[in-house]
Amino acid sequence: MATTTRTPGRTTPGPPPGPAPGRTSGPSSPLVLTFVLLLVAVGQGPIRRGLAAPVMQSWMTVFVAVVVQALPFLVLGVLLSAVIAVWVPASFFARALPGRPALAVPVAGVAGAVLPGCECASVPVAGALVRRGVTPAAALAFLLSAPAINPVVLTATAVAFPRRPEMVAGRLVAGLVVACAMGWLWQRLGRAEWLRPPRHAGHGGRTKGEAFWGSVRHDVTHAGGFLVVGAAAAATLKAVAPQSWLRAAAGNPALGVLALAALAVLLSICSEADAFVAASLTEFSATAKLAFLVVGPMVDLKLFALQAGTFGRAFAVRFAPVTLVLAVVVSVAVGAVLL
Amino acid sequence: MNRHAQAAVLFLLGAALLHAGSTDLYLRYVKAGLRPLLLAAGIVLVAAALATLWYERRRPPETHPHPEPRIAWLLLLPLFALVLVAPPALGSYSASRTGTALQQPYGYPVLPAGDPLRIALADYAGRAVYDGGRSLAGRRIAITGFVALDRSGTPYLVRMALNCCAADAQPVKIALSGRIPPVLQPDAWLEVTGRYTPERTRDPVNGGPVPYFEVTSARPVPVPRDPYDETWNG
Repeated sequence: MATTTRTPGRTTPGPPPGPAPGRTSGPSSPLVLTFVLLLVAVGQGPIRRGLAAPVMQSWMTVFVAVVVQALPFLVLGVLLSAVIAVWVPASFFARALPGRPALAVPVAGVAGAVLPGCECASVPVAGALVRRGVTPAAALAFLLSAPAINPVVLTATAVAFPRRPEMVAGRLVAGLVVACAMGWLWQRLGRAEWLRPPRHAGHGGRTKGEAFWGSVRHDVTHAGGFLVVGAAAAATLKAVAPQSWLRAAAGNPALGVLALAALAVLLSICSEADAFVAASLTEFSATAKLAFLVVGPMVDLKLFALQAGTFGRAFAVRFAPVTLVLAVVVSVAVGAVLL
Repeated sequence: MNRHAQAAVLFLLGAALLHAGSTDLYLRYVKAGLRPLLLAAGIVLVAAALATLWYERRRPPETHPHPEPRIAWLLLLPLFALVLVAPPALGSYSASRTGTALQQPYGYPVLPAGDPLRIALADYAGRAVYDGGRSLAGRRIAITGFVALDRSGTPYLVRMALNCCAADAQPVKIALSGRIPPVLQPDAWLEVTGRYTPERTRDPVNGGPVPYFEVTSARPVPVPRDPYDETWNG
């Protein structure tokens, strides 16, 4: 629409003028929302009875638990990301990170150690870093390393494996190696078009406060929706797949590593708690447990959904499988040396 | 979903978090230590909702440049699940499908005096299996947990141990012998009183060690305030 200086009285042939007030595609969402809330409130009796089976109850408990547990960390990440987007100038990152991407990757990987959260917090922060002009390779190294090697996670690992300090060292080393390797790999092979261009570069705020809250609102509703998808997938697995399947794989060392890597992807446990679950998988080798600890914070269903939401599906379907393969290979190598 | 509807969803979600965090509801899903974070997140969400409405009020109506994310509708699902259904803490269904997660304790602190000795289920199991029951022998012991039956109908008393949220909760089980109540309902919470017995068995799911407990009496109790065992949180 280049004809912005049209006089109001003149009739115009061709396309209809200007943006129509209120989109005409379907009913307005507040109306739909009101109806949905009313319907659920009226029908809550039958809904509750329909969900009374033990498998459904167990599914819902895990589903609610994953969402409730992840939301505070997602909110923390979203707040940080909004601060970066609104108040930290792009020039800060230009000065803080080495100019050469090959050097910026390990610096960003080590910097991941200072974000005391789990993977839900690191995704929005990495997204904000990319939007702020940080080279994607460095932002991705940060994305992978932050949930794997921060002090909270390493302390939890030390508590879960009281007589095995080498598990903590193995997790730190393998996490950093995978994060940096993925950063360098992206720098060599990654294409900019796989990353979805930031559709919301500016949130159209006239003031910094409006831009800040606009960013928070958009990121919570958007990433939160993807979090729900991931939580539902994880709850389905936990409620449906019996643990006895795992036992069959524990006997074979190679199969054990692959089984625990797959379990880490499917369970989507917060990286602050996964060490305790790994410690209880006593039938498996130490290397298999290390693979569980390295894969979990970098690739899982919840994280995949969040990455697809933040960076686009084209990115997530390429990035997550490569990360998974690399994480398994590095875990086996580190396990062979350290454990 | 336009911005007004998003503000409504954020507000409801924040209010639900505040509701769960200010009652004991959140203890069914996450560890007790997460409470301050839950309340803070609830406050931020409510603030984001109010800020959105505030800025929308002053925004001229025609500047809606792009469609807003449709995936935000999914946020209604956990909201309904939390507020309308509020599912119970994990119980016998999960316990019977997951192997016992008993771990060797760091040490065995001296047990307090008192009769009966009230002791956490995981503490009893740890001392019975890894300390040969030395600190337990000769004492009258009371343990609280819920009932779970395995496929052959063998009764266990179980407590789910939790590290972060219910997704990582794992059962610790003890098997019951002696004067077991004739009818045992899965998920019923019991306080059993009795004594240590060196008898042991293996969990049919993962082969983990399960100690026995010789019951002399059992009485039903309400669900504890925190249904999970959080002693391993350090």
